[in-house]
Amino acid sequence: MDAILLQILNGLDKGSAYALIALGLTLIFGTLGVVNFAHGALFMIGAFCAVTFSKMLSFSHVVIDETQKDFLGNPLKVDVPYLYDWFGQATGDAIIDWAVPLSIIFTIPVMIAIGFIMERGLIKHFYKRPHADQILVTFGLAIVLQEVIKYFYGANPIPTPAPAAFAGSFDFGALLGFDPNTIIYPYWRLVYFAFAAVIIGAVFAFLQFTTFGMVVRAGMADRETVGLLGINIDKRFTIMFGIAAAVAGLAGVMYAPINSPNYHMGMDFLVLSFVVVVVGGMGSLPGAVLAGFLLGVLESFASMAVVLEFIPGINQIIIYLVAIIILLTRPRGLMGRAGVMED
Amino acid sequence: MFGLNKKDFGLMVIVAILALAAPFILNPFPEGSAMAQFNAGYPDLMQRLVIFGIFAIGFNILFGLTGYLSFGHAAFLGVGSYAAIWMMKLLTLNVIPAIIVSVIIAGLFSLLVGWISLRRSGIYFSILTLAFAQMSYALAYSVLTPITGGETGLQPKYTDPRILDGALEEGQTPRANLFGLDMNQGFELSLGGWVFTFNAGYYLAAVVMLIAFYLSIRIFRSPFGMMLRAVKSNQQRLNYTGLNSKPYTLAAFVISGMYAGLAGGLLVAMDTQVGAERMFWTASGEVVLMTILGGAGTLIGPVLGAGFIKYMENIVSKINKSVLEQWFAFMPDGIEDLLITLVYPFVGKGWHLTLGLLFMLVVIFLPGGLVEGGQRIGRVFRRRDANADSVESDAAEQRKPAAE
Amino acid sequence: MSFNNPTRRGLLKTGAAASAALTLPTYLRADGHSGFTNAPQGSTVTLGFNVPQSGPYADEGADELRAYELAVEHLNGGGDGGLMNTFSSKALKGNGILGKKVEYVTGDTQTKSDAARASAKSMIEKDGAVMITGGSSSGVAVAVQALCQEAGVIFMAGLTHSNDTTGKDKRANGFRHFFNSYMSGAALAPVLANAYGTDRKAYHLTADYNWGYTTEEAVRSSTEAMGWETVNAVKTPLTQTDFSAYIAPVLQSGADTLVLNHYGGNMVNSLTNAVQFGLRDKQVNGKDFQIVVPLYSRLMAKGAGANVKGIFGSTNWHWSLTDEGSKAFVKSFGEKYGFPPSQAAHTCYVQALLYADAVERAGSFNPCAVVEALEGFEFDGMGNGKTLYRAEDHQCFKDVLVVKGKENPTSEFDLLEIVEITPVEQVTYAPDHPQFAGGSLGTCNPGA
Repeated sequence: MDAILLQILNGLDKGSAYALIALGLTLIFGTLGVVNFAHGALFMIGAFCAVTFSKMLSFSHVVIDETQKDFLGNPLKVDVPYLYDWFGQATGDAIIDWAVPLSIIFTIPVMIAIGFIMERGLIKHFYKRPHADQILVTFGLAIVLQEVIKYFYGANPIPTPAPAAFAGSFDFGALLGFDPNTIIYPYWRLVYFAFAAVIIGAVFAFLQFTTFGMVVRAGMADRETVGLLGINIDKRFTIMFGIAAAVAGLAGVMYAPINSPNYHMGMDFLVLSFVVVVVGGMGSLPGAVLAGFLLGVLESFASMAVVLEFIPGINQIIIYLVAIIILLTRPRGLMGRAGVMED
Repeated sequence: MFGLNKKDFGLMVIVAILALAAPFILNPFPEGSAMAQFNAGYPDLMQRLVIFGIFAIGFNILFGLTGYLSFGHAAFLGVGSYAAIWMMKLLTLNVIPAIIVSVIIAGLFSLLVGWISLRRSGIYFSILTLAFAQMSYALAYSVLTPITGGETGLQPKYTDPRILDGALEEGQTPRANLFGLDMNQGFELSLGGWVFTFNAGYYLAAVVMLIAFYLSIRIFRSPFGMMLRAVKSNQQRLNYTGLNSKPYTLAAFVISGMYAGLAGGLLVAMDTQVGAERMFWTASGEVVLMTILGGAGTLIGPVLGAGFIKYMENIVSKINKSVLEQWFAFMPDGIEDLLITLVYPFVGKGWHLTLGLLFMLVVIFLPGGLVEGGQRIGRVFRRRDANADSVESDAAEQRKPAAE
Repeated sequence: MSFNNPTRRGLLKTGAAASAALTLPTYLRADGHSGFTNAPQGSTVTLGFNVPQSGPYADEGADELRAYELAVEHLNGGGDGGLMNTFSSKALKGNGILGKKVEYVTGDTQTKSDAARASAKSMIEKDGAVMITGGSSSGVAVAVQALCQEAGVIFMAGLTHSNDTTGKDKRANGFRHFFNSYMSGAALAPVLANAYGTDRKAYHLTADYNWGYTTEEAVRSSTEAMGWETVNAVKTPLTQTDFSAYIAPVLQSGADTLVLNHYGGNMVNSLTNAVQFGLRDKQVNGKDFQIVVPLYSRLMAKGAGANVKGIFGSTNWHWSLTDEGSKAFVKSFGEKYGFPPSQAAHTCYVQALLYADAVERAGSFNPCAVVEALEGFEFDGMGNGKTLYRAEDHQCFKDVLVVKGKENPTSEFDLLEIVEITPVEQVTYAPDHPQFAGGSLGTCNPGA
């Protein structure tokens, strides 16, 4: 029982990452009709925004410490962040410690700007082109973006820890009356889950309850008619692309402490998030979110030792197996509309 | 001739000449010159060029004609490779049984995958094929290690029980052969500063590629090919006329799966080793890129695309800093350093960056792929190469209405 | 007329063939000239450095390449000579190898066996490399080793830790200086028993591929011999990035030690996740919960940041060693590049030197002569103490380092501290040890 509860918790957390990426992917597909293979790269850039921001915070000058030696036996050069000079060591450390949450402020404008540039500079010209061309050009872009990141940051993962306040884990088991330590969950992952829920809620509320959202939804349903009504739908779509990029970026920023960011993390997520989107049904926002959580939970169950004993290797294939079963029983995924990307 | 019309025959002849003269064409620079870095006329790369050409030709029969975008074709290549290596381990080092079995096994596997995946269309089909391929990869890398060798892959060993060949001498290296002719045998021809390598394995692969290419022309021009194009342009309308399109698409799927298996078998025949990475989704993505880059739906496009990508991978990735220093050595120091700094991010370990940029450039400016680029150049020169040009423009035309 | 392996090209760069412009077609027989593949002609010899330049191990590959460039510089008489000064064999004179200037070509393995073989083949077929070296994974090492056996060139493995490389997949033309899973287990177990007691319940997470299997087996058997109990061993997919689902149930199982048989990105992520779960703050069975990482790489440990503090693991070599060889290497590497070398850089540098030395001592580039010179070769002064290249399996036997994540690092390179230098006797095993069974070296192949 406790094992199952634990894996549900786990799956929800994992699912929230899938859902966030799938949401952004579906936003772009649903509004613009573009299959964006560079979406994983946006997620990755988001994570590197956190890296960059914490690097900026710990921007240092070199002080030579005669008491210590470096590996060649020369006096050790110690990097002292400017923040220490300005605020003293304790405050400086506290600020650096909170780099990841703080970098959200930095990430949102950066990602929206990247989104605008991408849409205006490249994607715009591909609205009328076949999906295959869209896939190829965005795939090319994804490679370029990740190679640029690799050029500046190297190929190794870069540790980007969460604030110390979130270290350790919360004991759910004790709360529910189980033995201590049976159901524990890291604080930061709980934060991630809550954060994802807020973002998903905000996007839905934005589309559902604002005039802007109404127009965008109308545009998703019938772009030409909305255009005929004299509404500049293109501009709104550009803004939607910016928002989708920001959603991907935020998913990346908050993910950085969970797994140290590296330049190919976007590609790792890309295939998975596509499976999620398609299982949810192309173009359906609720479908994407639902599929994200569903696959997350199932993946967690498949990785239980008991399950692996019966079906070795099931953890390797569970997502794809579930995708096949769902697509065979529900032709357009969980909540897809007929006629969307079926030809 | 051979059931081809004049235009197609012309194209076939051009491809045949290109394939057979590849050792000359791919080695345009004299040995030892600074440009020799760009020579591609060594056996391994030539073999890979034609083998991935076969793979892409097969993929194009499915994608170019029916419009079904499979994202899992590498699985068939991998399955074919495993079948071939097991033939070499168990039966004989002769490549013929290995290749035949690889085609059959890949055909059966694609029949299974196709039969299930073709129940859906569009992106749902793509994801189904992707799912099958990813499952194959994941299992081959891990749980199936006893059969696939997992991470370390499979290589023939002299200790393998080869029923037809009899045991090899202690410690002897098993080599793939064609009735005694070693696949890595060949000879070198040196003319002045140039060296041309002729390799038995390459010519076997090239001949197989020509047969594969010929078959693909026949399929493109057959009533069957017509039916596949009908599927691409409007499947619904086709169904309304009372025709069941499924057997046709399934046949196309299996044929292209068999092409992939053939490519897999040949890969093993040329280089006796299989690893599971061959089936990873990036490998499936690569053949999609090859086909679209070259020109989907055209006859020669996929071959060009395959050549382009493999050339990049093998040649550009080997240019390192010291090679650059040699190239620019004649310049004044400051300019030399500047040039090296400018070029270095794009070569060697940065070859992926160049590849990504070129993808984008080709897709943005040449929607019809490299073939369209060739046509544009052709138009500029007002050369009237009636044969190849018009065949390809035919194919490019066919691509357009169906593209939406 | 004879058909033959068409692999030599270097001889054409110079000498008769080039001057004989427009001669009639010449059928070249490599063995007609020298009897082995890619026999160096003229005044140079070409080595092939096949390292990952793209993919997750690109930084490790870059460090390997730096080491090779340094080795070439030293072999050609440049720089301060590095390890050549401390190496027990004095055959190398800094005038290249057998008087031939060392040149090199580089390639990208992409950490994929297909790509690695393609790259190695182009070095052999196109560039005339007489030796291939490098790599950062066992899959690649085994694949390239088999290729080199077929082609008749020497393969000096880079970073490869799986037992299989010199176990079931060993080849006569292949040599490994790096240590292996068995040695990690044998070196770690006593240290772990010492630090954590002999009454531990271990939970293994194992990367689901060959290297993971051999490492798990090695660590399990040697810790169980110390009295540990293995509660569970769960396999995790190579492509896994988030290990929470595997780590969450660890505490429930009653285990008090977690062994992460992961490398590279897997290791960084699983260790980060485990620390996130607060495992190390927990008490189980009245003991502090502990985590062990059998194979450490400093480059990768950097990715896990502060999470490595206090965690035991093993490594082939570390720059903080204080023997003459290590000091000399750190000095010449550090002065050239500005930071200390990694264990991958060390093993690659040493492999390059060992090859060159073997050629000098054999007096020939012929792979069979080189094999003979390396088999049973004992040397010292290369940073790991007295070392033997065992003839039976072409594995180096030398001291193994047990290390621990440093609590107070002074720099970004100062992540590990050496806990114990396990003497070679303790990690030596019989050539027919069950963990290495099923392979055969075969005989050396000179190609041609």
